[in-house]
Amino acid sequence: MNTHSEWAVEANGLVKTFGSNRAVDGVDLRVATGTVYGVLGPNGAGKTTTISMLATLLRPDAGSARIFGHDVQREAQVVRQLIGVTGQYASVDEGLSATENLVLFSRLLGLGRREARIKAQDLLEEFGLTEAASRPLKNFSGGMRRRLDLAASLISQPPLIFLDEPTTGLDPRTRAQMWETIRRLVAGGSTVLLTTQYLDEADQLADRIAVIDRGRVVAEGTGDELKAQVGSSSLELRLGDPLLADRALNIAERVLGVAGTRSAEAARITVPLSDPERVTDLLIELRGDDIRLEEFSVHKPSLDDVFLSITGKPTEDTAEDAADSTTSTREGAHA
Amino acid sequence: MSTTTAPQKRARTSAGTTIVPAHERALKNRVSLTETVRHSLTMAYRGLLKIRRTPEQLFDVTLQPIIFTVMFTYIFGGAISGDVASYLPVIIPGILVQTVITTSIVTGTQLREDMDKGVFDRFRSLPIARIAPLSGALLADTIRYAIATTLTFVMGFIMGYRPHGGIWAVIGAALLVIVCAWAISWIFAFFGVIARSASSVQGISMIILFPLTFLSNAFVPVDTMPSWLQWFVNINPVSHLVTSVRDVLNTGAFTSEAFLPLIGAAVIVAIFAPLTVRAYMRRA
Ligand SMILES: Nc1ncnc2c1ncn2[C@@H]1O[C@H](COP(=O)(O)OP(=O)(O)OP(=O)(O)O)[C@@H](O)[C@H]1O
Ligand SMILES: [Mg+2]
Repeated sequence: MNTHSEWAVEANGLVKTFGSNRAVDGVDLRVATGTVYGVLGPNGAGKTTTISMLATLLRPDAGSARIFGHDVQREAQVVRQLIGVTGQYASVDEGLSATENLVLFSRLLGLGRREARIKAQDLLEEFGLTEAASRPLKNFSGGMRRRLDLAASLISQPPLIFLDEPTTGLDPRTRAQMWETIRRLVAGGSTVLLTTQYLDEADQLADRIAVIDRGRVVAEGTGDELKAQVGSSSLELRLGDPLLADRALNIAERVLGVAGTRSAEAARITVPLSDPERVTDLLIELRGDDIRLEEFSVHKPSLDDVFLSITGKPTEDTAEDAADSTTSTREGAHA
Repeated sequence: MSTTTAPQKRARTSAGTTIVPAHERALKNRVSLTETVRHSLTMAYRGLLKIRRTPEQLFDVTLQPIIFTVMFTYIFGGAISGDVASYLPVIIPGILVQTVITTSIVTGTQLREDMDKGVFDRFRSLPIARIAPLSGALLADTIRYAIATTLTFVMGFIMGYRPHGGIWAVIGAALLVIVCAWAISWIFAFFGVIARSASSVQGISMIILFPLTFLSNAFVPVDTMPSWLQWFVNINPVSHLVTSVRDVLNTGAFTSEAFLPLIGAAVIVAIFAPLTVRAYMRRA
């Protein structure tokens, strides 16, 4: 039984149809043990349906999947002992308090009365829910519900955790805490498969990413690999004096060998950057020509660009996400 | 999330900070019978917790016995038996059966509501017996029947009903009714599993239940009815249950006739339990 498998998740050609709608249309996934794997896709791409099949909640119409080498259909009960599932919508009992929920699930997982109490208390403390422990769930905020839901998934300390859109609807601070928790889980040896609509989130958290669209994996790789598919980074310069933009562009073209562009607000120029070594030369040239810089940044392609280039259409939440991707690409400037 | 204190916490509560890898775990693909029973009991415990959290869901089982007993006794008492006191031995068993069986509808509606909730997804992702949420719900519902039974007897007692059979007859009759209601709740559980919404379960159940409980000997003697109706009333299983309960309460005799409803209950369970379980497993 205990076949040692280096793959936490191995899915081959998973298919699920609802009526005439092929919600999942031949998905292959390989998730290495001990890593974070991000499944990225817009609304209705089939993320939840895929997770449901991997977590034994839905029967695939075709294809197969194995969790640590155990088939999700033939060995469903074994698989359930190895996974923790935090669904897109909180799967806790609204009629009970937080403590009662955790005790209930602990008891179902075979813990004794006392052990279950201790476990519940520890988890509530770990997730900062101690004060709200005995309050009815009806009055919980979305973030508290999410945390309780995740706590419930960790009772049995499963080696594989499914997180379906763990940060959707969370405020930036709570989202950062969720990221921290996910990193801690992985540091403890867990494997995490998460779905997200936030391109930035997959980039930050996941070791590897699968981009899915209309039930198919349209791209797979590390964040950097995916970005490399789109093209190189670009250099962005904001000039002290807008009138010098043309001169700056000329210099850039001479030094870097490619033509740059001038943005709508005339003080900004953007030049494709294939060789970072040459940046120094450019900067020296600019200084020699007395062109003062206000700001300087390297713009790495965002996963948004990836999505656009692969599927030929922007993600639905591009606008909302734009702010996120600019902050993350600014960090690229230090490189 | 107290991220700074968390690592020590985990170290204290579990063997170490690291997760036991999948291949080092003892895993099995089957749930044993004892585990199934334990999971069902835990699920029943969940049902009790819910009752404690939302006592208002007991309104029907508390108010119905009280209101019906008072109402029916004073409305029909004089007309049917001459006076209230001599009507009580007729009406109390009738109301008892009617109330408890009506209560068993709730099994179906609650099951449907429960299965539509998010928490059911968690149950389905846990390594527990598939059947536990269903069996647990059916188990917890016997509490409701016990409450309805007790209240009906208490109301009867207050109004002056003293069963000839004594306390054992009361207990025996109560158990008889509860067992039969439990058996019947499998029928409603079946509707609960296959129906699309809780209100449709309620609708179907009422349509079945209304003629069964009212076209019976629960409130009026059969010989006052037209003959075509007598035919139905006499084959109606609810009538047989009412008769048995009356016999037990008023004579104290547990005759073989009194146990007839138990056979009926067994037949219902034999038919509907597998049907319900199969339909349920297909969805669970
Ligand atoms: N139970 C169901 N019955 C019918 N259609 C379904 C069902 N579940 C999902 N679908 C359909 O399958 C497709 C994929 O849905 P899914 O929930 O997997 O998408 P998703 O990627 O999780 O989207 P979101 O980001 O909105 O959560 C959608 O078109 C959806 O309408
Ligand atoms: Mg989803």
